[in-house]
Amino acid sequence: MDSMKDFKRESMTNEALQNIINSWFPNSISQTVATEASIETETSATKESVSSNGLEFTEEDSQFLNVTVQPELLHKLMSQLKSNSETQFDYLFCLSGVDWGEELGVVYHLESTTFRHSIVVKVQTKDRENPVFDSVYDIWATADFHEREVFDFFGIKFNNHPNLKRLFLTEDWVGFPLRKDYVDEINMVIK
Amino acid sequence: MSTMNIALNITKTIQDFLIGMMPEGAASILAMVIIAVIYLAIFAVAGLYLVLLERRIAAWFQLRVGPNRVGPWGLLQTMADALKLVSKELTGTTRSDNFLYNLAPYFVIVASLMALAVFPFTKEFQAFDINIGILFLIAISSIGVIGILLGGWSSNNKFALIGAMRSGVQTISYELSVGLSLITMVLLTGTLQLSEIVEVQKNGWLIVQGHIPAIIAFMIYMIAGTAETNRAPFDLVEAEQELGAGFHTEYSGMKFAYFFLAEFINMFIIAAIATTIFFGAWLSPFGITESIPWLGVFWFIGKTFVIVFLMMWFRWTFPRLRVDQLLTLEWKYLLPINLVNIVIMAIIVWLNLTIQF
Amino acid sequence: METSTVNSNFKSEEYFINMGPQHPATHGVLRLLLTIDGEIIKKVEPDLGYIHRSIEKMCERDSYQQIVHLTDRMDYLSSHINNEAVCLTVENALQLEIPDRVKVIRTIIGELTRIASHTLWWGVTGMDIGALTTYFYGFRDREMINDIFEETCGARLTMNYNIPGGLMFDIHPNFVKRTKDFIAHFKTKLPEYDRLLTGNVIFQKRMKGIGLLSKEDAISFGASGPVGRGSGYSCDVRKHHPYSAYDKVKFNEIMKTEGDTFARYQVRVEEMWESMSIIEQLIDNIPEGEHQVATKAVIKLPKGEFYQKVETARGELGVYIISTGTKNPYRLKFRSPGFSNLSLLNHITVGEKIADLVATMATLDLVIPDIDR
Repeated sequence: MDSMKDFKRESMTNEALQNIINSWFPNSISQTVATEASIETETSATKESVSSNGLEFTEEDSQFLNVTVQPELLHKLMSQLKSNSETQFDYLFCLSGVDWGEELGVVYHLESTTFRHSIVVKVQTKDRENPVFDSVYDIWATADFHEREVFDFFGIKFNNHPNLKRLFLTEDWVGFPLRKDYVDEINMVIK
Repeated sequence: MSTMNIALNITKTIQDFLIGMMPEGAASILAMVIIAVIYLAIFAVAGLYLVLLERRIAAWFQLRVGPNRVGPWGLLQTMADALKLVSKELTGTTRSDNFLYNLAPYFVIVASLMALAVFPFTKEFQAFDINIGILFLIAISSIGVIGILLGGWSSNNKFALIGAMRSGVQTISYELSVGLSLITMVLLTGTLQLSEIVEVQKNGWLIVQGHIPAIIAFMIYMIAGTAETNRAPFDLVEAEQELGAGFHTEYSGMKFAYFFLAEFINMFIIAAIATTIFFGAWLSPFGITESIPWLGVFWFIGKTFVIVFLMMWFRWTFPRLRVDQLLTLEWKYLLPINLVNIVIMAIIVWLNLTIQF
Repeated sequence: METSTVNSNFKSEEYFINMGPQHPATHGVLRLLLTIDGEIIKKVEPDLGYIHRSIEKMCERDSYQQIVHLTDRMDYLSSHINNEAVCLTVENALQLEIPDRVKVIRTIIGELTRIASHTLWWGVTGMDIGALTTYFYGFRDREMINDIFEETCGARLTMNYNIPGGLMFDIHPNFVKRTKDFIAHFKTKLPEYDRLLTGNVIFQKRMKGIGLLSKEDAISFGASGPVGRGSGYSCDVRKHHPYSAYDKVKFNEIMKTEGDTFARYQVRVEEMWESMSIIEQLIDNIPEGEHQVATKAVIKLPKGEFYQKVETARGELGVYIISTGTKNPYRLKFRSPGFSNLSLLNHITVGEKIADLVATMATLDLVIPDIDR
């Protein structure tokens, strides 16, 4: 029954993950990322690389490695993360929508069931009228319901989603409740 | 002794009494009506008490008490329930086929009550002793199916229709097994008339006379009989967890009471047939009380009660079968076993290997 | 409302049936839109939101101690473990040192909650398949656990015994003895239940070979808990990301490989044995110490993002808090196990019969308030 335990392989460190992800998006100046774990050099290195390959890495304020990616590269990054044999992130365990104040974004928490390492991928857009991202339903089937929930509460649309309609609220509800600028005098109790 | 010799032959008694008062034709008809009303009264009440019995037995299995407030030991509980059902509004749906909708419960209850006429409760205490007794019983039980199918169809409700279809399929399939297992026993008796069958059993109950094939026939009969009455583990017709309430979803009040009561009376009938054919009807084991014929009623009711308890035990223990498993059981297992069993029984009778006392 | 999208794929022999929201088999207010052809199911579409109470929005305006009270209304059958999830997130964010006594007691009460949830599940599964008596047997044992909780925590269902920083009160002096008595009693009952239901031929024929879920599908759909473990996917959070006292106890992760309904059933029944074994290892050696660590009256988490996973009776519950340093979270997301488990319902029941749908849903063990939040 416990045969799965024998096959636990070594999980990758955050630097190794960062290196391998950067290698998939070759327009990067910072191929050699700082090997010391000091936060200052990492953030200065990532500041340089943000405009070149569309990725931004950080580890501050979080227990996982965070990758912020441009919306156009989202699907490519996600499918590489799953299919690459050294990362194998086959378990999407949390997909949350967040209203960052000015931007709307989605946060994906991924884990690998073979290596047991985790990573967080974030994607944001400033377009609050019509935010659109690519759906990852074809990569992880669990995204079906999670993306419907994000659409229901934040209004973020997903391309290539099989059935994008509201999940919890009724079809004729107006507005997106979890946004910070949502106003509802009847239902919301403000303290 | 002679003072204890109460006239047990009711039909003859009533008929003779009436002939003295009016012409013969009218006397016969009046006698039939009176006996029918007496039976109706007794068995309607008996049906109610069977429901109470089921509830107490279910509570016993489930480690609780069951109804015990209304009347001493809850004996008036089902009377109260019957009163409630009678006073309920007879709601119907607007889009149902009214004539068939109202007709359906009558098929079911009439079929059940008709079958009660032929049982020999004790020596000569039998309302209707025809020479094709068993054939009559099997034929009557087939009429109940019509009521179920009509009820489901005319309710104009998808769930009711699905329930009725399932029930129709189930009943028709298992009637074969019931009929064939009874025929196995007829090979031993050589007659279809119920009072004659009891006479034959004075040499030992048929289940003992026929030993192995009779025991197999009894087991098949119990399984098929439980399936005939749509009781668990074959009660997917009424499976609440799946489809609401099945074919009687749209019925309320007295009509619902008919379906409900018919189920319990059917259970009694199946047990009574088993008692008559396999266990010697009103005969006492080893002839203990043979000299007091009216005690036969108690023997009959007692044996029937044991089999009814067995059927209730099944219901509260086993999960239910799925519809395709149910049909597989009948057509691939019970039917072939039945046919082989008939051959074995024929061989045993031919070679005189039956056990006689 | 939803008929317009379903009717477009309609063939003339197909029936469109609504199961729920009030239905004896759907364990809560869940509406299933079934498209069936005779007895065979063509499509199942769940319709959620009947018990949506906007817990995540409420958490954005409540303090952290108040949030703990909201969590046990989500999956009310593992309420203690839900509370523990939020408390652990807050404690890890504040980097509090939790005394061993608190960890051990949290583990024991968590495992008792798991047994209570699985017993109720067992009773209800039997009832769904048709064996109506099992419901009473399951509840009778659950009553004993509820009485233990009532004495220690003050409530039987929504316990709120965990607070950020420890436990609200210390355990009652009778707690250890009553728990040991319960374990002794339950050990004699569980084999009886196995013979009654698990060994029954009719039950096995109803449950084997239906609702098949392969391991890859389980991972892709995000299944966790016994649903994942029934397909051979090792997903026990207590093993992979241990919390509280789970790294100090020895227990097996129960896995089966067949991936059908019967495998999931067996996983849960055997998990009850494992839970009892965990409790037995801990109950006699509860370390002495404080039951609480002092926190400020107004808890403010530092700026950052925090994630904590726990293993509830249903699967992996995740709490994701984004904090900007104020006394309320900026965003709090609950990753509920039932949500992912429900999404596989269409995948595993297409092509089976309605009776199989009922059996499969029974082993997915859905609690709808957990899904709808």
